Amino acid sequence: MAEEVKLIGLSMSMFVIRVKIALNLKGVKYENLEETFGSKSEVLLKSNPIYKKIPVLIHNGKTICESMIIVQYVDDVWSGAGPSIVPSDPFDAAMARFWSYYIDDKWFPAYGEVMKGQTREAKIEAAKEAIAKLQPLEEVFQKQSKGKDFFGGDTIGYLDIALGCYLGWIKAAEKLTGLEFFDKSETPLLAAWAECFYSNDAVKCIMPDVDEFVEFAIKIQAKLNA
Amino acid sequence: MAQENDIELLDFWVSPFGQRVRIALAEKGVDYEYKEQDLMNKSEFLLKSNPVYKQIPVLLHGGKPICQSLIIVEYIDEVWSDKPPLLPAEPYARANARFWADFTDKKVYECGTKLWKLKGEEQAAAKKEFIEIFKFLEGELGDKTFFGGETFGFIDVALVPFVAWFYAYETCAKFSIEEVCPKIVAWGKRCMERESVSKTLSDPDKVYEFVLFLKKRFGVE
Repeated sequence: MAEEVKLIGLSMSMFVIRVKIALNLKGVKYENLEETFGSKSEVLLKSNPIYKKIPVLIHNGKTICESMIIVQYVDDVWSGAGPSIVPSDPFDAAMARFWSYYIDDKWFPAYGEVMKGQTREAKIEAAKEAIAKLQPLEEVFQKQSKGKDFFGGDTIGYLDIALGCYLGWIKAAEKLTGLEFFDKSETPLLAAWAECFYSNDAVKCIMPDVDEFVEFAIKIQAKLNA
Repeated sequence: MAQENDIELLDFWVSPFGQRVRIALAEKGVDYEYKEQDLMNKSEFLLKSNPVYKQIPVLLHGGKPICQSLIIVEYIDEVWSDKPPLLPAEPYARANARFWADFTDKKVYECGTKLWKLKGEEQAAAKKEFIEIFKFLEGELGDKTFFGGETFGFIDVALVPFVAWFYAYETCAKFSIEEVCPKIVAWGKRCMERESVSKTLSDPDKVYEFVLFLKKRFGVE
C-alpha cells in the first residue's frame, strides 16, 4: 500500500520546519500543502478543529497536530528508517523533552519581543534578553552531545529539531539587530552546533533564505502595527 | 528502604500536576519518598532541583531531577516498562494520547483558575470557555470506559486530578459540570474506583477550602 503523507503548513513557520526536518531524516516523501499567510484553508480547519493551526500531518487519512508530537509520531512510524530522533535512554529523553518545552515556553516569547520591537533599539534590548535565555542550553549541549556534533549525538535528535527550527528566524533577528545569538566566546558549543545544523542535508533543502525571513518579519510587523 | 530513597517526589498536596505523577507511580507500583514542599517559602533543594521553573512536581531518580508533570509521567512509563503501559504502543494512538494530555495542560488549569479568580462578565466568559474545553474532552472520550479505551492510560492520568476541583469550580462559578458534561463526570467516578486515583486525589471539600484560601490571598471577593 502506498503511503500517503501530506503536510499542511507554511514554509516560513519554524514549527512546520520541525516536521520537515523529521520527515527528511527518515527519508519520507510527502506532499507539501502550503497555506496562504493570513488565511486558513478548509482543509486546515477540518484537520485541526481544536487549534486551527499549522503544522498538521496527514498520514493515510489520519491527522496529527502539534509540531513535537508530530516529530515523535514520525520517529515512531518510521522507526526503522534513518536515525532515532527521541533518545533511547529515558532520562535523556526526559531532558530533551524538558528543554524543548523550555524553548517554546520561555525562549520563544522572548524572541518574539525582538520581532515586535518598534525601533531598532527596542529590538536590540529584546534580543539581549533572548540571547540570555539561550545561555542554559550551552551546558545542556555539553551534557547531551557527549562530545559529538548534535544534542542527539552523532545525528540530529529531538532537541536539535526543537531549537534548530528557529535558526532561520534567529539569523533574521541577527540581521535586524546586528547582534550575534550564538557568541563564539560565550556559547562556543552552541555556535558550532548552529553551523552544523544549518548546513545539514535534512535542513538546508527546506530552510528558506535569511532574507526571506527578514522580509517576512517586516510583513508581520506591518500587520501588527496596522 | 534504600530503594525508596532512590526515588523522591517534591510535591504539594493539592497540586493536580503532582497528583499526575503520584498516580503514575502508584499504577506502576513504585515506592518513593514523598516530600511536601512549602511553596510560599521554597526550599534550597527545590530551587536546586528545578532552577528553571522553581516548581513542583520534581521527580528525583537516583538524585537526577526530572521536571514537568507529563514529562515525568512519560519517564515513569519508560523506566517501568515491565508494568502495564500508560502510553499505547501504536504510533497514532500514542500521538493522540500526547495531543489530549497536552490539551489538558494548555487549557484546563488556566481556565479553571479564571473561574474562581474572576467575577461578573469575565467569569461568565471563563465559564463558557471551560464548558467548551470539557465538551471537546467529552467528544474525545465518547462512550469509552477510559480515554484510551478499556485501559486506564496517559490521558486519564493527565486529566483525572482536576476532577477533585470540579466542586470548587462549580461552587465559584455557579454551574453544574454534570449537567453539561455527564460523560466526563461518569468517567471521573470510574477512575475513582482505581486505588491509584482514589488514594491520590484530594477531597473536593479540601480543594474548595484551598481555593477559598487562594481567593483571600489574591483579594478576590
